[in-house]
Amino acid sequence: MADLTTSLCGAKMKNPLVLASGIRGNSAGLLIRAAKEGAGAATSKSCSLLAREGHKNPSALEFDSYMVNAIGLSNPGVDAEVHEISRAVKEAKIPIIASIYAGSSEEFALVAKKMSQAKPHLIELDASCPNIHSEGKMFSSSPESASEIVRAVKKDVKNIPISIKLSANVPNIGDIALSCQRAGVDCITAINTLPAMIIDVHARRPVLANKYGGLSGPAIFPVALRSVNEIRNSCSLPIIGGGGVTSGEDAAAMLMAGANAVSVGTALYYHKNAFAKISDELQSYMNEQGFSKISQIKMQN
Amino acid sequence: MMPIKATVISCEKENEQVSLLTFDISMPNAKPGQFAMVWLAGEDEKPMSIANASPLKFAIANAGEISQKLSSCKKGDILFVRGPYGKPFEPIGKKWLLVGGGYGFAPLRFLASEGAKSGKTIESVLGARSSKYLMKPSVGKMHITTDDGSSGTKGNVLAVLEPLLQKEKFDCIYCCGPEKMMLAVAKLAKTHKIRSQVSIERYMKCGFGICGHCAMGGWLSCIDGPTIDGEEALKYTQFGKTCHDRAGTEVEI
Repeated sequence: MADLTTSLCGAKMKNPLVLASGIRGNSAGLLIRAAKEGAGAATSKSCSLLAREGHKNPSALEFDSYMVNAIGLSNPGVDAEVHEISRAVKEAKIPIIASIYAGSSEEFALVAKKMSQAKPHLIELDASCPNIHSEGKMFSSSPESASEIVRAVKKDVKNIPISIKLSANVPNIGDIALSCQRAGVDCITAINTLPAMIIDVHARRPVLANKYGGLSGPAIFPVALRSVNEIRNSCSLPIIGGGGVTSGEDAAAMLMAGANAVSVGTALYYHKNAFAKISDELQSYMNEQGFSKISQIKMQN
Repeated sequence: MMPIKATVISCEKENEQVSLLTFDISMPNAKPGQFAMVWLAGEDEKPMSIANASPLKFAIANAGEISQKLSSCKKGDILFVRGPYGKPFEPIGKKWLLVGGGYGFAPLRFLASEGAKSGKTIESVLGARSSKYLMKPSVGKMHITTDDGSSGTKGNVLAVLEPLLQKEKFDCIYCCGPEKMMLAVAKLAKTHKIRSQVSIERYMKCGFGICGHCAMGGWLSCIDGPTIDGEEALKYTQFGKTCHDRAGTEVEI
């Protein structure tokens, strides 16, 4: 039987599947649920310095092969979220990744510092949310701005590894990952949702209240594979790779592209037991191919 | 899924607070207990309990900004709907007791008419603040309660429910209304060893299990519910006590 265990930045995982940020929210109860459903690790929905109500509805639409959302980073604020993450760290029995969002590098450092009190296994910097452009430029859009927030956070948080979540909506994701590595980041998460919109031609309006949103689901899977592979070719850090993964073979492809762990998000909409399904399928694939460990899953040279 | 255009063909005033909107479309696969996302284009979108599938009806209470606009819709107004979402009430046994508080009675009335079609015996307890806030009756025997005694028995639904359960047996109690009321009804049903199902609706963004806003502990109202077995609901310490506000902060109900 193939061994699904792996590790990420020092945290042991029973399988390489990570609940992606933004799926299932901020509360400890839902992170614990992901653990019970078979996730190897779970990422909380991004939290900011102060509470945010997010965008009005409609804020998400689901289709056969994709989803578009503009929830708008609703969250109870870092002070409340620290309690949820602390509880999840104690009770979920899997590594917990705390995602944070801020409007400046100083604020990223402040929110990360506060979040470090909860002792998550990893803090993920949400540098690439596509739904809040009007509130500022996406930090992951250039090597300079991405590495600036990494430096600011690493200066203030030394006891917890840091990952940065990148967008594929750039011409040079590999360069951006490399600049973050040089700035001291410990891990790269890729990809975030892609900029998108939905128009209802009968209503003759954009459907999302925010007009623009982020595309996720199977439709973005090939984009995610290429981005993760470009990052792997340019930097040597661990990668949490994801975007449209819904099967064990998708997860295997993501590992072959260069990911060390595989994030699963929108798949939870398509499959009620997504984590169990994907990990079972991954194990079957490994048995079939004669892979006994996750680290053996590689493309042929 | 894309929202479907739905034109209001009639708007009936149920009571002081609630309008019953009937549309020119059907949602034939919708079952009692399920909900739809109702979009007033350019304004906002809200989950609404389905009050009837063919033709599609919603009972909309004038509560909150968007609901007020929806409840004041007139014949010819256009809304956009998508659904059905969520888990419907599960039919259990043959003799049903429906317990509704305020406009929570709307999905139960839909359940009553569907149940009657398949030969169930239906009895209902309908409660409201006063006679001005009473919903229209369902099929089957009705018991009315009002807090101020202006119609039926004075008091809340428990004033009728407790003596009723002393003398009669039911296969299942179906309950929808304020969460504190549902908590009391679920406890009472458990005491009397009667199955119960409650419908827990909370603030929702996505409506299909992604955003996490409607969580009660690890349970999601939008996909695991809104309907839930009463005894199962009682296992959650948050039931009838706390929910999440628009930012996701846990607040008292």
